[in-house]
Amino acid sequence: MLLIRCPYCEAERPEVEFTYAGEAHIARPADPSALSDDEWRDFLFIRTNPRGRHFERWRHMHGCGRFFNAVRDTVTDKFAMTYKAGTPRPGDEEIALASASAAADSAASVKDARP
Amino acid sequence: MLLANHPLLGKTITGDTASRLSIRAAEDVARFSLRIDPASAPSAGAAFGTPLPTRIGGMVEAGGRTALQLGPDEWVLTAPGADSDGIADAFAALQEPHSLVDVGHREVGILVEGEAAALALRSAIAFDVEAMAVGTGCRTLFDKAQIVLIREDKNRFRIEVWRSFADHVWGILHAVSREIALGL
Repeated sequence: MLLIRCPYCEAERPEVEFTYAGEAHIARPADPSALSDDEWRDFLFIRTNPRGRHFERWRHMHGCGRFFNAVRDTVTDKFAMTYKAGTPRPGDEEIALASASAAADSAASVKDARP
Repeated sequence: MLLANHPLLGKTITGDTASRLSIRAAEDVARFSLRIDPASAPSAGAAFGTPLPTRIGGMVEAGGRTALQLGPDEWVLTAPGADSDGIADAFAALQEPHSLVDVGHREVGILVEGEAAALALRSAIAFDVEAMAVGTGCRTLFDKAQIVLIREDKNRFRIEVWRSFADHVWGILHAVSREIALGL
């Protein structure tokens, strides 16, 4: 089971508490009536679907109930970091830093774990 | 005549001494779900009579009333059953925009006590129950049922579960307590 860090609860929680909510950072058009049908289709349905790093929304459904954003690798399924909804997309350096500190934390907890 | 329906009324699972585990239905209390802007939380705390915690998972207890923060703008307030009307009146006088919903009849409490309490809960809760700090609580899943789990003491946990899921949770706890008693 995956452990996902909720940025609001500031705790690692099991995957079953969360629901996936699609790609993050898709802004609703400011003036929807001005859009052509193709632009509206793109907004509604066209997603990046990358192989690798993906910015996505999750909801801590059975916890604090909040939506937040996560950076996950779609190949390895590893979460690089999570951050609060409304904050800008993190840069490469920030993601590398966050995933390195998360890796150090999990290594430490494995070391401290009881047999 | 209307009768209150309490699915677990008076039920207990008393493990033998070897099982180090005792599970019983908790006394009924008044419960409220409070939604309010975190900036207005101090005034809500004044209305409740107990300051509200400011961190998710945090719990403040005073004079039999407890306030537990579940989300950024969500708290669950519990108090002795007789205080229910008084709390509703106090919040009615509060000027800040808020929502206070009486959920006292929605949930039942289960107390899980003993050295093996964390072990019993671990059977159906997916996160590290033993790492949970004393005096904190959170909403989580117990098997497939949503519960609020509160760690009142090192070896005492309280489960708040919707009454329709109560039998399911109770059945699992019953099976687990048998396994622990038999040393499986």
